[in-house]
Amino acid sequence: MAARNFRIVNKSVPKRDALSLALGKPMFVADLAPENVLCAKVLWSPHAHARIKSMDISAAENIPGVEAVLYHGNVPRVPHTTAGQGYPEPSAYDTFMFDSKVRYIGDRVAAVAARTPEIAEQALAAILVEYEPLEPVLSMDEALREGAPVIHDEPEAHILIPVPYEPKRNIAAKVGMDHGDLEKGLKGADFSFDRTFETQYAQHTPMEPHVALAYLDAEGRLVIVTSTQVPFHARRIAAQSIDIPVRRVRVIKPRIGGGFGAKQEVLLEDLVGMLALKAKKPVMLEYTRAEEFVSARTRHPMRVRLRTGVMKDGRITAVGMDVISNTGAYGSHGLTVVCNTGSKVLPLYKAENIHFQGTAVYTNLPVAGAYRGYGATQGYFGMEILVDEMAEAIGMDPLEFRLRNHIRKGEGSPVFQALGEGKEGVEQKIDSCELDRCIKLGAKEIGWRRRKDHTKKKGRLRTGIGMAALMQGSSVPEIDMGAASIKMNDDGSFNLLMGATDLGTGSDTILAQIAAEALGTDMEHMLVYSSDTDLTPFDVGAYASSTTYLTGTAVQKAALKVRKQIIEVAAEMLGKPPSEFDIIDSKVVAKDGSKSLSFKDVALRSLYATNQFQIMDTASHITHKSPPPFSAHFAEVEVDTFTGRVRVLRYVAAVDCGTAINPALCEGQTEGGVMNGISYALTEEYLFSKTGKMLNPSLLDYRIFSMRDKPEMKTILVPSYEKTGPYGAKSVSEICINGPAPAIANAIYNAVGVRLRTLPLTPEKVWRELQKMQPAKITVTAG
Amino acid sequence: MTETRRIAFTLNGEKREFTVSPDEKLLPLLRRSGYKGVKSGCSEGGCGVCTVIMDGRAVLACLLHAFQADGREVQTIEGAGDFEAPHPFQKALVEENAVQCGYCTPGMVMAAKALLDKHPHPSEERAKEYMDGVFCRCTGYEKIWSALRKISAPAGGQPHGS
Repeated sequence: MAARNFRIVNKSVPKRDALSLALGKPMFVADLAPENVLCAKVLWSPHAHARIKSMDISAAENIPGVEAVLYHGNVPRVPHTTAGQGYPEPSAYDTFMFDSKVRYIGDRVAAVAARTPEIAEQALAAILVEYEPLEPVLSMDEALREGAPVIHDEPEAHILIPVPYEPKRNIAAKVGMDHGDLEKGLKGADFSFDRTFETQYAQHTPMEPHVALAYLDAEGRLVIVTSTQVPFHARRIAAQSIDIPVRRVRVIKPRIGGGFGAKQEVLLEDLVGMLALKAKKPVMLEYTRAEEFVSARTRHPMRVRLRTGVMKDGRITAVGMDVISNTGAYGSHGLTVVCNTGSKVLPLYKAENIHFQGTAVYTNLPVAGAYRGYGATQGYFGMEILVDEMAEAIGMDPLEFRLRNHIRKGEGSPVFQALGEGKEGVEQKIDSCELDRCIKLGAKEIGWRRRKDHTKKKGRLRTGIGMAALMQGSSVPEIDMGAASIKMNDDGSFNLLMGATDLGTGSDTILAQIAAEALGTDMEHMLVYSSDTDLTPFDVGAYASSTTYLTGTAVQKAALKVRKQIIEVAAEMLGKPPSEFDIIDSKVVAKDGSKSLSFKDVALRSLYATNQFQIMDTASHITHKSPPPFSAHFAEVEVDTFTGRVRVLRYVAAVDCGTAINPALCEGQTEGGVMNGISYALTEEYLFSKTGKMLNPSLLDYRIFSMRDKPEMKTILVPSYEKTGPYGAKSVSEICINGPAPAIANAIYNAVGVRLRTLPLTPEKVWRELQKMQPAKITVTAG
Repeated sequence: MTETRRIAFTLNGEKREFTVSPDEKLLPLLRRSGYKGVKSGCSEGGCGVCTVIMDGRAVLACLLHAFQADGREVQTIEGAGDFEAPHPFQKALVEENAVQCGYCTPGMVMAAKALLDKHPHPSEERAKEYMDGVFCRCTGYEKIWSALRKISAPAGGQPHGS
């Protein structure tokens, strides 16, 4: 269904903070620090697994200019999770502000606040720590081995919700489902497959590393200014870890220099908060880039085993997915990410028999967490490669195969019901799906018809085209809540106050568009403020592709309530019933055209003249479904058969995100997700020493793609209308990061006949596979 | 304490004096002197968000020692434009919706300014050479690129010319 006739929505209005940001105005956490701010630094564990036998901080404390030193001996010991999720969190309580055990190289040992960075470094060097090294667990296989060292042997480790949690076996989470009979489905198939795919450690690399600033206000309350996606969760979890009531903490989120999930984590807030309480002075902690890599959060590396069966006519008889996910030293998002690997991937294709088992394991390696795509990225890598393999086995065009099997409008999936976030899922039928059109428009744009089999290609440089189909979700249904308040000012302008967190996505702008559309006003009259736990209503924050769909509906509801109040005041002024008025361009207009009043007239009357009251309202929203956006991705690559180097020449992403509230910003989300996905597919990877130390914690050695690496990109927004979303909108932020890895892997196969099942798709891997093939004739085999 | 010394350089057209220690980098000096638009992303020359212009060249403020600016002419984002008169590239970034989180944007603007001051209509290759040093994780570069080409593509209908 095409987009409706909107005034403000579905228009590419400029992002409201764009000019200020382009001018370099001081808008980020570090820009707001007072001059007397103390510098915080953290002492990190040099051991992957060790007990702290003794610690002496007295020398550090005695250095002039050192204002606070924290370690496990002088702070509260409160088990919690750093995962910035709703309460009760579906992540294990296995973390302490500091512990007498360290669980990875980069784990917290102590923190100091000092007058200068130099003094802080000096203080760290003066802290004496005696470690008793323990045997480290440096792989998923080792973690699962019978008798393996136990990483979380502390008695407090537990999870609040009734799900399997077995820290004594290094199992941080387990989740599964069965529908039908997998084995039967596989046996009855014309072709069956059993493939294993592996994905790597990777990092979000927001250009602004984690940063937080804390100070005590005039009343002695703790104020934390932080670069977070989850200000309300940050308040709750920081208060928990510091062991003070939530009411003693105020969290302010200014502009955020990118997050991508890394900042859905409460990592620095308790530290700066505790240091500020102790020093009674403002304290700021800024992660260095190396700390961002090692001691922030990463994408869960996974091993995904996929078993499928397919009939010659293209019907998929069975899909089985068994996932082992490495959550690192702590179980942050351990359950929900691995659950999403199934729940956001398996519903895309219809199958009678479905099996899913996800297990998250602890290792003594860097901690994984939320990362755009949230497990689906890892799942789609394998699934979309296997879809190509199935199509090839039955001699069907992979594009046709996808068109034949994908979920459609009006259909549900047993997976929706079975897999939720820490509990059962929510049954839902698809109400909006333009995946067919996404596939067809994308295919046309990339030139799918000129695609030839790899056996017909010759020469050193060979090009290939590959595709992937995708879905994600929009919000966590029946769990997450967003709220918004709108109040009217003297001049007919409005304050839109939200806990929703614009981390660069443009949500402040698109939510203002939704409010302006509902209020009947323009963007100039919308003043947006987000987020401050003292001033704005609650919102779970920016994650799970929820802000547009979830908070957008709260904003729309609040705006419609304010609109009603405006009309009622005008009706009173003009002596007619409210039903005889409408709002057009910031004016209340009698439907017969006889009279009109400006918003300013209405505001002045309500604030100063008669029956005065504040025109204002608040609305909250929870969602009852999580409508998936859909997308089809196409990559054209060139493979150098001499070196194995892969270049992405062109990339097409066609996206059904419902109504695009701001098409240019939707394109921006798509392009950003795609580029991050390409970089992840081709180069990004943590390298570790034999002792578990990350060897490349630097943007010089962990390369993300730059402007020169950008392929020719084309984004096609394919509108649908999701009737449960604000003005038909679904989500767009996460889905497109999932496409590049499988689309490029499929394109490499199409170019040279090499199937890679391990990320990243490096020249070395391509080259090694090419060596195996040559000079033997390239053959196509079914599994 | 390390010894300090006085240095002087022209900052956004204004002659300024600073007291610096020999090991202080230009980036912390600028930030502690109030030029908060200059961003810090890695402090090791890896990301480019701290890009400023020195004597007409785009340089990384995190790698230069502050004293290396002595006697030079330095431009930061604060000198590139303001609300009343933004630089054409700043204006184009807004129009193309090329600003997402905005953390890399000051670096992008200064890289583009260094380019456009010398080459108002650069070839695609030269433009990429100048812009390549600044990382952005949000936009995929697509809209930043189109903002740049919008104001600088060579005339004569060859926007993708050499």
